[in-house]
Amino acid sequence: MTDVTTGPRRTAGGPGDRVPAPAAVPAPPARRPARRRSLPWSVRLLLLPFVLFFVATFVVPIVYSLWTSLFSVTSGGGLGLSKSETVFVGLENFARVAQSDAFWTGMGRVLLYGLVQVPFMTVFALVLALVLDALMARVKKLFQLVYFLPYAVPGVVAALVWAYLYVPQLSPVVQLLERLGAPSDVFLQQDALLLSIANIATWSWTGYNMIIILAGLQAIPRDQFEAARLDGAGELRIAWSIKIPSVAGAIGLAVLMSIIGTVQLFNEPTILRTISNNIDSQYTPMMMGYNAVSSDPGFSSAIALSMALVTGVLVFAYYRLSTRLSR
Amino acid sequence: MSAATAPTTSARTAPRTTPRPDAAPRFTWRSVPPVAFLTISAVYFLLPLWWLVVSSTKSNSSLQNSNGFWFDAPQILENLQRTFTYDGGMFPRWVLNSILYSGGAALLGTLLAVSAGYVLGKFHFRGKGLVFGGILAGVLVPNALLTIPLYFLASAVGLVNSPWAVIVPTCVSPFGVYLARIYAEQSIPDELLEAARVDGAGELRTFFTIALKVLAPATVTIFLFVFVSSWNNFLLPLMMLNSEELKPVTLGLYGWQTYRGAASYDIVLTGALVAIVPMAVLFFTLQRHLRTGLAAGSVKG
Repeated sequence: MTDVTTGPRRTAGGPGDRVPAPAAVPAPPARRPARRRSLPWSVRLLLLPFVLFFVATFVVPIVYSLWTSLFSVTSGGGLGLSKSETVFVGLENFARVAQSDAFWTGMGRVLLYGLVQVPFMTVFALVLALVLDALMARVKKLFQLVYFLPYAVPGVVAALVWAYLYVPQLSPVVQLLERLGAPSDVFLQQDALLLSIANIATWSWTGYNMIIILAGLQAIPRDQFEAARLDGAGELRIAWSIKIPSVAGAIGLAVLMSIIGTVQLFNEPTILRTISNNIDSQYTPMMMGYNAVSSDPGFSSAIALSMALVTGVLVFAYYRLSTRLSR
Repeated sequence: MSAATAPTTSARTAPRTTPRPDAAPRFTWRSVPPVAFLTISAVYFLLPLWWLVVSSTKSNSSLQNSNGFWFDAPQILENLQRTFTYDGGMFPRWVLNSILYSGGAALLGTLLAVSAGYVLGKFHFRGKGLVFGGILAGVLVPNALLTIPLYFLASAVGLVNSPWAVIVPTCVSPFGVYLARIYAEQSIPDELLEAARVDGAGELRTFFTIALKVLAPATVTIFLFVFVSSWNNFLLPLMMLNSEELKPVTLGLYGWQTYRGAASYDIVLTGALVAIVPMAVLFFTLQRHLRTGLAAGSVKG
């Protein structure tokens, strides 16, 4: 609009022209003062749709769940002939959540699950990434593809396949273990269930996390390793002192997303419930919230908000812990 | 002294290492444990898929009476036919629904995210930090917190049991905006936009004819992410949809497993295999783009 580049004007308009401008244009003018004026309407038109959709599907639901959590639906009794009434109950729904044994049992269960699954999966992904990064390039591509493959399998399908692999009549794995003396419900007995669920999640997400970490590892300039090797550092030392610190951010982010996912655990236990009586409809907080949706909407909203609150506390604690550790 | 030797050593080693930074070390016994570890891990990741492929060729009785890891009187065609015609041909509808919902959400979501990311990456305006910060915070919002009230909202406006109730929430991708913004910042030179303006193109035209072409790789990545997350979605359609004809394939299979139990092992397994195929095709053809997206996420950390 105003000051176009100096020098002969190149045909920069062509869409095919992707020559990096800074290299081609002599002395790019020092960072042009940003156009801080208000946006032309046509530019707003590009931003607005997303913002509207975002508000409708993120902001409004959160506000609306705060609102619904303050009400309770009382059925007038009888066979649904009398009208049900919605009454304002203040924070009563939250009090019910706080006093609900089922909620805290479920929450304790998912936290215990997370305490095992998240570290195990993260370390597994990290070790896979480190070994792949250090090993020969030829097989790297193949292994990478194999580990990433479960990402292409929908979570529900993965859970169904594993569920069948836990069923004694179907599963060659169980049959093998039985021959070694394990009970036939080895994967589905009460004490083993959380580990069986953790296995499904680990199978689904390790490769995904491994790819993120591997991408971080491959962005490290290789000459750093060369320098360390000349100083006499072995591969393990290089991994520990150079590689892992360089991808700490990526690992931290992966753990963060896993923590958020853990509190909402739903798909795997819901699928396993179809083959095991040891999982009830309130096995996890999310299952509990889902089951109350139509019968008790205010309570359901309060559960969702309480879950978010617990998630927030965990994320905050994790953040404090990781900043302290990195200092 | 050491300062003088350092450059020479690196100069001496440089030609050997630079052409193939990842060059394979020669075989040594020390590389056996790591390779064994990689191989055992690969078996773990492949085993369920192998079992699925083998099992989807079996009849219900041979599922329970033959070696699970090997074929036994393969009858994949019969199974496919049974799966596709069971319940009056529900399964093909579910697959089609999944394709429509995921394709629709991915198209819409990509357009929304790319245009917003472009504006956030290439323009400056008051409140930009707030808008972008708000959108990024969306990445951290637990799904559960959104899904339950989304159901109440949908039922308030009469959208329960409508495809839109599934498509609209899944198409909004804060991560997509983040990706598009970084990509726009890095790959669209200001001069290109200036030149378009000098040539008299309006902002919208500049976006659709020029910026979108430059942003094409990011567009593919975002499309894939939204498509995959929509295809894998379970909780949202479980809440929103209750007629059989509207279910996506994940929900349909879950219904079969829940209500038909052991009698439907064979069709659920064959259906599960079919449900993976579109993903696998996308995955193998476009996995480079998926990995680029994930890499961008890792650099941020």
